Amino acid sequence: MTRTPRTTLRAATGLAAAALVALALAGCATSGGDEDPNASTPPTESTVNLEAAEVTVLAAASLTEAFDDLATQFEAANPSVEITVSYGGSGALATQIIEGAPADVFASAAEAPMQQVVDAGLATDPVVFATNTLELVVPAGNPAGVTGLDDLANPDLRIALCDESVPCGAASAKLLANEGITPAPDTLESDVKAVLTKVSLGEVDAALVYRTDVQAAGDDVEGIKVPAAADVVNRYPIAAITDPSSDASDAQIAAAAAFVAFVTGDAGRETLDAYGFGTP
Amino acid sequence: MASGGDRVNIDPRASDAADGRPDHGDRSGGPARAGGRARPGAAGAPDRPGLSVDVSLSFGETRIAAAFEVQPGFPLAIIGPNGAGKSSLLSAIAGLVPLDSGEIAIGSRRVDGLPSEQRRVGMVFQDYVLFPHLNVRDNVAFAARMRGSRAAARAAAQPWLERYDLVALADRLPSELSGGQRQRAALARALAAEPDVLLLDEPMSALDVEVRAEMRAELATHVRDFGGATVLVTHSPADAARLADSVLVLEHGRVTQRGTLEAIRADPATPYVRRLLAASDD
Amino acid sequence: MARAAARSTGRLAWPVTAIAVVALAVLVLPLVALVVRAPWADLPELLASSAVLDALVLSFTTAIVATAICLVLGIPLAALIAHAEAWPTVPRRLLRAAVTVPLVLPPVVGGIALLMLLGRRGLIGHWLDETFGITIPFTTGAVVIAQVFVALPFLVFAVEGALRSSDRRTELAAATLGASRWQVFRHVTLPLVAPGVAAGGVLCFTRALGEFGATITFAGSLPGTTRTLPIASYLAMQTDPDEAVALALLLLAVSVLVLLTLRDRWLPGATA
Repeated sequence: MTRTPRTTLRAATGLAAAALVALALAGCATSGGDEDPNASTPPTESTVNLEAAEVTVLAAASLTEAFDDLATQFEAANPSVEITVSYGGSGALATQIIEGAPADVFASAAEAPMQQVVDAGLATDPVVFATNTLELVVPAGNPAGVTGLDDLANPDLRIALCDESVPCGAASAKLLANEGITPAPDTLESDVKAVLTKVSLGEVDAALVYRTDVQAAGDDVEGIKVPAAADVVNRYPIAAITDPSSDASDAQIAAAAAFVAFVTGDAGRETLDAYGFGTP
Repeated sequence: MASGGDRVNIDPRASDAADGRPDHGDRSGGPARAGGRARPGAAGAPDRPGLSVDVSLSFGETRIAAAFEVQPGFPLAIIGPNGAGKSSLLSAIAGLVPLDSGEIAIGSRRVDGLPSEQRRVGMVFQDYVLFPHLNVRDNVAFAARMRGSRAAARAAAQPWLERYDLVALADRLPSELSGGQRQRAALARALAAEPDVLLLDEPMSALDVEVRAEMRAELATHVRDFGGATVLVTHSPADAARLADSVLVLEHGRVTQRGTLEAIRADPATPYVRRLLAASDD
Repeated sequence: MARAAARSTGRLAWPVTAIAVVALAVLVLPLVALVVRAPWADLPELLASSAVLDALVLSFTTAIVATAICLVLGIPLAALIAHAEAWPTVPRRLLRAAVTVPLVLPPVVGGIALLMLLGRRGLIGHWLDETFGITIPFTTGAVVIAQVFVALPFLVFAVEGALRSSDRRTELAAATLGASRWQVFRHVTLPLVAPGVAAGGVLCFTRALGEFGATITFAGSLPGTTRTLPIASYLAMQTDPDEAVALALLLLAVSVLVLLTLRDRWLPGATA
């Protein structure tokens, strides 16, 4: 009879001890991330005196190169802030945020996933900061002799497209529908980078990806401009995540807002331009 | 070279057969074999071949060298301390471990170059190693099954099951048998293959002490009925006395003495043999 | 009674029990959440859609074929590894590592490796393409190959474990009874490791059924051809989490069902 309560008490004590250790470790991690506040920082327009904070950014896969660059620039300007960017399909990222994944900033490749997050009450007033259009992409040397969108209907060619459930796939479907083309894809990939990889490896003869991806892929692939693509523009919104139940510190919220301002500001514009994104 | 220590080299055939044989107190047969049942195979047939062995082999660090002949109907017991290489020698005769050099012949047939399955050497393993997934009938039928259909093999096994008093146990798995029953099943399995030579590796060691004497007597009868060349490995003088005509002592891979048990008892060649024979058996 | 009770409950130190409970929670709670959060009312409708049925049929067909291939290839490999006990250290360890690496490799890496070998520009793939006009990626065959690649080690190690724990002397006994090497394998080795083969086959099947990374990398994702249940579930997560949960539930149910039925069937003595 005496065993049960005692065991419970002991177990509770043990758990409490474990929790204390976890808290202590978390404290160490925070103070460890603290940079020297007196370090000289190059004064830029976006430099506010930010307190130490770690900011988690969830961004669409097509933003990979541009946001890696932006994060580095922002950290150089604000040494007390550490930016972690995680990339994925916009829809999956939106689901993760709604399911409570820790995120301070969300940059989506389309407006629908952002709207889901806004509808869930986790973001307000997203800002469209970039646009993107589709381009045909073929392996270097264009071995299959692809010339235009019509080739995507050729069942003899290996074709990769984004699945319609992700923004690049939705855009591809719209573009092909506009042109009256029924594609013959061999695979419908879950994100645009996966499509691009299959092109760089030469596993497919042609694919539709964003022109920024063609630019980022370098010499492994060749882009073929598609005039009709100008009518199907992907708009990229960004917003800070404002989860009322989150335990984000004020410093973290301020840093997240500063990063959003940085991306939507002139420096961000310049960088995004360099990676081939259009101006909204 | 291969045979070490040729101290007393006797050919059991040369001695009086009646004297050389073990004491067959149960010669009239136990209840199991009363009534003159048909003997399967050519048990006790006079044309059985002898076994001639002159080999060397390695067992871990131990080099084993031995030469001996075994005549049909005159079982040889190889006796010796643990690690002497007795079981390895037996396995080599069965073709289960390779020789370094030497010859093994069964009658006029050289078998050392043959794989185990072509030697016609039956073996009863230490703790019997029955097939755990087969019942007693299919264990005994195994050799016939390798040559024919399951039905034919089972039919061929029937007289052996009867001969070894296994009919009532035929549908049992080995795990459901007593030690003595397992020994009978293993012997029936080996002899149903109609081997020219029978090898027994420590046949009594897996049995409870209380039943050993009885099982030893039973085994002696079966070995005699088999009638072919038989080699038995044991560390028990009682087994050797009851089951074999002559004894070969193997120590550290070398033959240190051979002869009838009585002759060895009269003149032990090594301290091991002296201690062995002085100790009370079982 | 009291003594027995004390022995069964009193021997385990409480921290061990506490941690074991946490471990159990780690394993079970996510699955409980999946079941609790499942859109039960809409489930029949979600699961009856043709996209789901296509994925279900494709997953089952490919996983069954992959398991059959694993059995044919894996049992001899397991026998070889068991026999390699007698080999020198280096080749023996290399052999074992060759089977272990795919087991610990992220499946996506496996998919990339398969592309490097069998893709249109792969070591063998470019030859297949140029000589026979055969390209493997993006075919149902590629799904099976990816599944075999990730699932084979499970079968091999299950069977090898069974071989290792079985008494090798039974094989020797069979040889003295006139069995050739093939007959020994067929009549002794194989039946003795049957429980291990069954367990390995079940593991292999469920692993093939759940395979995602290598498949999407090597085989792509096209409904009816290469889009298996896990890929369909992942893609559904992008737009319709309810459908994703429904598909996940289906995968979970299938895995549990397969484990339960085959376990009972192969429980020792259950068939005797």
